[in-house]
Amino acid sequence: MYTFSNKLKIGSFILMALGILGIAIGFISAPSTIEEAKAIVASHGDGHGDAHGAVDAHEVTGHEVSAETHGEAAEAHGESHDSSHDEHLLHQLQNKPWAALYVAAFFFFMIALGVLAFYAIQRAAQAGWSPLLFRVMEGITSYLVPGGIIVFVILALSMFHMNHLFVWADADVVANDHLLQGKAGYLNPTFFLIRAAIFLGGWIFYREYSRKLSLKQDESDDNSNFKLNFRISAGFLVFYLISESIMSWDWIMSVDPHWFSTLFGWYVFASMFVSGITVIAMVTIYLKSRGYLPDVNDSHIHDLAKFMFGISIFWTYLWFSQFMLIWYSNIPEEITYFITRIEDYRLPFFGMVAMNFLFPVLLLMNSDYKRLNWFVIMAGVVILGGHYMDIFNMIMPSTVGDQWFIGIPEIGAVLFFAGLFIFWVFRALTTAPLQPKRNPFIEESRHFHY
Amino acid sequence: MASKAIHAYYDDDDVLMLAVKRVKAAKHHIEEVYCPFPVHGLDKAMGLAPTRIAITSFIYGCIGLTVATVMMNYIMIEDWPQDIGGKPSFSYIENMPSFVPIMFELTVFFAAHLMVITFYMRSRLWPFKEAENPDVRTTDDHFLMEIDIHDNEKELKDLLLDTGAVEINIVEKTSH
Repeated sequence: MYTFSNKLKIGSFILMALGILGIAIGFISAPSTIEEAKAIVASHGDGHGDAHGAVDAHEVTGHEVSAETHGEAAEAHGESHDSSHDEHLLHQLQNKPWAALYVAAFFFFMIALGVLAFYAIQRAAQAGWSPLLFRVMEGITSYLVPGGIIVFVILALSMFHMNHLFVWADADVVANDHLLQGKAGYLNPTFFLIRAAIFLGGWIFYREYSRKLSLKQDESDDNSNFKLNFRISAGFLVFYLISESIMSWDWIMSVDPHWFSTLFGWYVFASMFVSGITVIAMVTIYLKSRGYLPDVNDSHIHDLAKFMFGISIFWTYLWFSQFMLIWYSNIPEEITYFITRIEDYRLPFFGMVAMNFLFPVLLLMNSDYKRLNWFVIMAGVVILGGHYMDIFNMIMPSTVGDQWFIGIPEIGAVLFFAGLFIFWVFRALTTAPLQPKRNPFIEESRHFHY
Repeated sequence: MASKAIHAYYDDDDVLMLAVKRVKAAKHHIEEVYCPFPVHGLDKAMGLAPTRIAITSFIYGCIGLTVATVMMNYIMIEDWPQDIGGKPSFSYIENMPSFVPIMFELTVFFAAHLMVITFYMRSRLWPFKEAENPDVRTTDDHFLMEIDIHDNEKELKDLLLDTGAVEINIVEKTSH
């Protein structure tokens, strides 16, 4: 049995406390009026001022051109544009703490969900190497319950107009937007929350049921629990693929309701899958270093690192396929998605490709390095950072636009959810023996070597 | 050089593995082992150095990537930067996404083909090459261990028979 080390427990509480502080500062410092919003932008210092100045200059030349052609009408247009611009700015700044919270909440939730998918695949594929790690995976997926509830609450608050994360939830916006009216049959608050509840319910149900069967198998004298677990895992994977795809449209793609991409579901899946595998590897290495997983050897770590390497490349393949197809054809209604990201988010957008692709490819290519624990941890930290940036790049441009910054609200939210994640996962690990007893593949897994 | 060698035959790969370990422990140099199929762990038991073919492949891949980049930079950007359907051909980086499929494929092409050719050359394999089996049975169901004899024929024979060899032959070696 694993005992939760006091140091780790206190560490997770400190993370949560610091995180709550950061989140609170984020919400307190968000502007409530247009004047406050303008003051925040004006006091923002030189670094940001330059970029904004360039945009202003651009707008001025744009207006001059239109003034020449349209005369007086253009001036009237300019004024109305100014006031709508201010309101837009206010919404962006008000969204900042919400978006920071949402990105971090989703990021840690998707780690647990990615691990759940990996776990179901290992069961459905009857993998011989991984049963030793099943309890570690079950521990991580226990975070689905609190993480899922928090994400659901944030989504519900968005639907009840506490923020402007999802513009289509605002009836006034929809009334003036023909495109959103066309999508209202799918994108409406009631149906949205029902879908979210069904998906979360399905994922949590599988997790709890599979965990129960897994523990029952330890005490039973035949393999019926194992066989049933195999069947429900195969069934879950079908449900997961459909629900994950729809979830990615709902929870992520719909912050940009004018834009659409067909491989988006796979892209989000790759991101959560590689993050989940990375966390399995990191938790396993931590537990092993504390002496709790004596039968886990280099080859298990090697296999996890191979998955990290392979799925990182898979993520890049999907990232590039999405980017290149849209860049190549350059259709206006699709390309805006990448134009905003490349203009306002150049460093995070391309930095994440370096973190999620170049770094793991070069570090984890060598077979010997995949067996070095500190190497896997180091690559894992970069991969997780890169996939946080990935979610950041998906949510932020359409919620806060060019007002983004990785400051106190963003870091606070990450610290809070990291603390909660660590606390919940390691607490769950104490509730069952770390090594399954009667799994039919456990002997093979104990003697696994590559 | 030794002109005589001892050929020990085995009919089971587990027996062969144990025999290889015994012979290594007795500090005899194993000249060669002929198997009908790959025996897992045989290279470790024989103490063979690990292969470096993956490293060559990585280098070939880097060469392929360089070839693709230099080629397309020259053709598409420097030599004749035409406007083809509005693609920006002012610099390589601006038009890079459309070159990536070619860069990827050439990297894989070079890495794969040059590595295979390296393998053929290093293993001395080519069409019309004369086969080197000492015994046709080693391609079907027998394993053969070859050890050079240095005036220790009796001792080697006893050792090999003790390890479970099903047949032992003394052969005159013909130089390769």
